Amino acid sequence: MKSLNDDREFRRMSRRELLKLSPLALAGLIAIPRMRESLFMGGLEFSDWASSHWFRPQHLAPTYPDSQLGSLERFFVNTYDVDDPGIDLDKWTLSVSGLVRQPGQYRLADLRALPLISENVRHVCVEGWDFIGNFAGTRISDFLRLIGADTSARYLYTECADGYYESLDMMTALHPQSLLCYQMYGQPLQREHGAPLRLYLPTKIGYKSAKYLTALSVTNVLQRRGYWEDQGYDWFYSL
Amino acid sequence: MSKRVTENAVDFPASGEPSRRVVAVYEQPVVIRWTHWLIALATFVLIGSGLQIFLAFPSFGPKIPQLNLVHFPQGFHPLAAGSWIHQLSLGGWLAGGEMWHFTFMWIFAGSGLVYLVYHAISGRYKATLFVPKDVPGVWPMVKHYFFLRRRPPLAQQYNPLQKLAYTVAVALGIIALLSGLVLFNPVQFSWLAAIMGGFHYARIWHFSVMCALVLFIVGHVIMVAIHGWSNFMSMLTGWKKSPEYVAAGIEGKQIERG
Repeated sequence: MKSLNDDREFRRMSRRELLKLSPLALAGLIAIPRMRESLFMGGLEFSDWASSHWFRPQHLAPTYPDSQLGSLERFFVNTYDVDDPGIDLDKWTLSVSGLVRQPGQYRLADLRALPLISENVRHVCVEGWDFIGNFAGTRISDFLRLIGADTSARYLYTECADGYYESLDMMTALHPQSLLCYQMYGQPLQREHGAPLRLYLPTKIGYKSAKYLTALSVTNVLQRRGYWEDQGYDWFYSL
Repeated sequence: MSKRVTENAVDFPASGEPSRRVVAVYEQPVVIRWTHWLIALATFVLIGSGLQIFLAFPSFGPKIPQLNLVHFPQGFHPLAAGSWIHQLSLGGWLAGGEMWHFTFMWIFAGSGLVYLVYHAISGRYKATLFVPKDVPGVWPMVKHYFFLRRRPPLAQQYNPLQKLAYTVAVALGIIALLSGLVLFNPVQFSWLAAIMGGFHYARIWHFSVMCALVLFIVGHVIMVAIHGWSNFMSMLTGWKKSPEYVAAGIEGKQIERG
């Protein structure tokens, strides 16, 4: 180890070495709200960049036997506003638009005609709780084929009856476990769980699985990113 | 480099010779000082923002509808909005907490990686890593600090208890990162989740490791306070004024050189 035998030299070297740390004082800039915001945007973007790079499009979320399912009654209901936006289930249609060959209104029967996929998967809420539940419905990828969607487009954008909205990267939309879900636990979707149709995405954090879908579009440009995301929550947030 | 700086060895005069006084020793290279303070800042932010995230669902049990898991009288609930615990947390609300956390976790990971790689390639780990031969030296140091016994002679830069503390802290940091990775992306890292006992246990690991790190930090800060200003300054300037182990060397005791 290097040593010094002279007091003046010690003070000189100490000052010089201390200066090498001076850029660390820039950390104080996070006290300024605008600097902090741009740091955070960078942080979230980097998180999204990293997690989208190690996201494997064909890697399945773990599935569980029925014995490990939590009961439907104990499945906590999180909505941002109302548990029931009062959709008339008989008249409900899904409005499809954007980069698709067959835009228009789709009924639940159109979705039911496609293969039914049922999965027992872990629902993970951004609040920190998790719950193993059963979700069933149509693969988003099957529905995109039905509507003739351009799957080279970047995003899927959805709107909901309660004013909620959400967007999704195409890679996750095409994931084999990503569903347009109309059943839970073998029953039609309950009102508080998003009847008649919701997204269910086992590879995404809970708030990405929007409920009460009314409109779906395929797009390369997002006007809005999502109800929570536009308030500061992470956008990609894959699990 | 000044001629007065001697490379690679503190000049320890043979006993009996008139001693050439050692004023200071270069203990903390600039990489270590940078990463130390970045890790310190990131740890502080991660604990504060982690608390914010934890408070969104302050339980390790299931979230059951319409059931308050902790029954405290109104106004005394330690987790109620506005309570002192909330005052300690960073970010203002859950999204804010996540922003701090998702930003500083990369600073923590990056600095931690540089810190470890530097230790490995510079050989510095020989001074800080706790190894089996340090085991006998731990108990005398514990007796010294906690039972006010005589201080065992200091023969190296870091005493065995210190090496144990630093090594454990690094291990805790690694577990914090791995469990955090499971919480962040449990599907992509399902194998790692399985090692930790599942997603649910990863959350418990993450929280427990944080508690242990808080204990380390408290101990670390108390020790720095006890050992004085020059000890603290060495983490800023790298130069430690007249370290004890050098004095020990001058007295002719056995020295291990890092």
